[in-house]
Amino acid sequence: MSTQAWINLAYLTASMLFIMAFKLMTGPRTAVRGNYLGAAGMAIAILAACFEKPVLHSLTANGVWPLVMLGIAGVIGGGIGAIMAIKYPMTGMPQMVALLNGFGGAASTLVAGAELWNMTGNVSSPDAVVAQQSVVQLAPWTQFAIATAFTGLIGAVTFWGSLVAFAKLEELPQFKKAWTDPIRHKINLALAITTVLLIWAVCAHPSWTILYWLLVVVGSALGCTLTLPIGGADMPVVICLLNSYSGLAAAAAGFVIDNSVLVIAGSLVGASGLILTAIMCKAMNRSLVGVLFGGLGTSTSTISDDSVYAGKIKSAGAEEIAMVLEGASRVVIVPGYGLAVAQAQHAVRELANALEKRGTTVEYAIHPVAGRMPGHMNVLLAEADIPYEKLREMDDINPTFPETDVAIVVGANDVVNPAARTDPKSPIAGMPILDVDKARTVVVVKRSLSPGFAGIPNPLFAADNTLMYFADGKKAILDLTAAIEKS
Amino acid sequence: MLLPNALLLPLCAAHSTLFAAAAAVGEDPASQFIRLLTVFLLAMWVGFEVITKVPQRLHTPLTSGSNAISGITVVGALVVAGALSSGFGTLLGLLAVVLAMINVVGGFVVTHRMLEMFSPKKK
Repeated sequence: MSTQAWINLAYLTASMLFIMAFKLMTGPRTAVRGNYLGAAGMAIAILAACFEKPVLHSLTANGVWPLVMLGIAGVIGGGIGAIMAIKYPMTGMPQMVALLNGFGGAASTLVAGAELWNMTGNVSSPDAVVAQQSVVQLAPWTQFAIATAFTGLIGAVTFWGSLVAFAKLEELPQFKKAWTDPIRHKINLALAITTVLLIWAVCAHPSWTILYWLLVVVGSALGCTLTLPIGGADMPVVICLLNSYSGLAAAAAGFVIDNSVLVIAGSLVGASGLILTAIMCKAMNRSLVGVLFGGLGTSTSTISDDSVYAGKIKSAGAEEIAMVLEGASRVVIVPGYGLAVAQAQHAVRELANALEKRGTTVEYAIHPVAGRMPGHMNVLLAEADIPYEKLREMDDINPTFPETDVAIVVGANDVVNPAARTDPKSPIAGMPILDVDKARTVVVVKRSLSPGFAGIPNPLFAADNTLMYFADGKKAILDLTAAIEKS
Repeated sequence: MLLPNALLLPLCAAHSTLFAAAAAVGEDPASQFIRLLTVFLLAMWVGFEVITKVPQRLHTPLTSGSNAISGITVVGALVVAGALSSGFGTLLGLLAVVLAMINVVGGFVVTHRMLEMFSPKKK
């Protein structure tokens, strides 16, 4: 077999390992093995890449030092990645994933840019390259030209979009407020038209590398303007979408350098991101177009805070709630993003321990879009050693609320707002919610009556069976645990 | 959906090997494009089939794991940088190697950390 055949076989093995990795991700027990398989596939692909024809050519011409250079670059990158991954606190996972994702997109853009530069005849040592690389005028509308244009665009959008998402999730003060100026629609339109024109230009004149870099610049701007208006609660959708883009960028880069492992791995990731995006959108009852361009509808709801809340709020303290919990045989805890902000996951675990010691059943109801990335609450609660069997998905736990004695809502708001079911004019009408209001008693742990991301009042807070516990999430849960243990 | 997964995987695999071999011999640009397009569509299909079965509680590790795999672009970066065809091209390629490796290593390590927390035996 030729060297190329071995390389292709290695790529095939890597591709199969990636597919198996995804397959094993379906179960919590096999997922760890899936991750190892993915890493093994990556190692095989990287090793095989070092034997590719252009690399071998340059090795024979220059000795081993190209390989040394690649090794150093690889170790630097790998080292930075490992340190980031180990040092970053577990609660910062959404922004960490966003950041890593952006780097992948940027890498794809650079690969296409470098390949284009080499192909257009900017070659210093002619004997070191494959014959076709010395062609100065590239034919228009080839696979190479089209794929290069798309890689540059998608990669740039991914990189800058991810950086903005990172800044938002990290809650940098400059990015706290979503950019809602209506002028953004005009800016986006102008950028989109420029993008289409530049794609056409790059395809028609692939040899003019400046066009490619212009496209990258416009793509970068587009990545920013598309992500800036998106509010915190829509972040899970954006993270999924950017993840999908980074895969598609890699797949497009595979078309540029004619490499099937890039195409396979890239499209697997692309598909996975698209599916997650669809799931997230469905869970919020919003269209993808709405998330990307709409911002969250106008919050000019007809209902004012006063008409919902006035005189109907029942506030309670730790002792009072502990008494209610004492008589409960089934308690469901509903975590929201506020739990992540208050870092109350360990406190929640202790509360659950205290209740379970008294023979109470404790379960957790997880809304698909609770938190800032898909499955955010699951990771957070798993960090506090809460067994995953107790984390129940929405459709699974909703029918059990009428038999639930106490539902404790910690830092969640819109995902438990019954207006989604009852008020067809509400901005969140039709959004699937957790039916906590059907529990016998609802305890809402919250700092104040401030609205959630939808900017609307929550009738749940004023319901007859609701007790409001105004406090910081962590402190509230700790006090509650102490009160239960005392009695 | 229409085609069972068991059939689909070897089909996808066969395409990439058979046609990758053809690439080495030299083929016309159009059929090269269609070959890769075939691989692309089949892999997308496999992706859709497999990922719809991932439960919600594993969505975060899935996101970060697939994120690590999207760092596959490191293969392209290594080839472009290793060719040493031009100074600027090599520089871009090396930068791409660094960025893609951050993505790959960071992604797999983060995913591992997350999955460790899901493991029930840790007490």
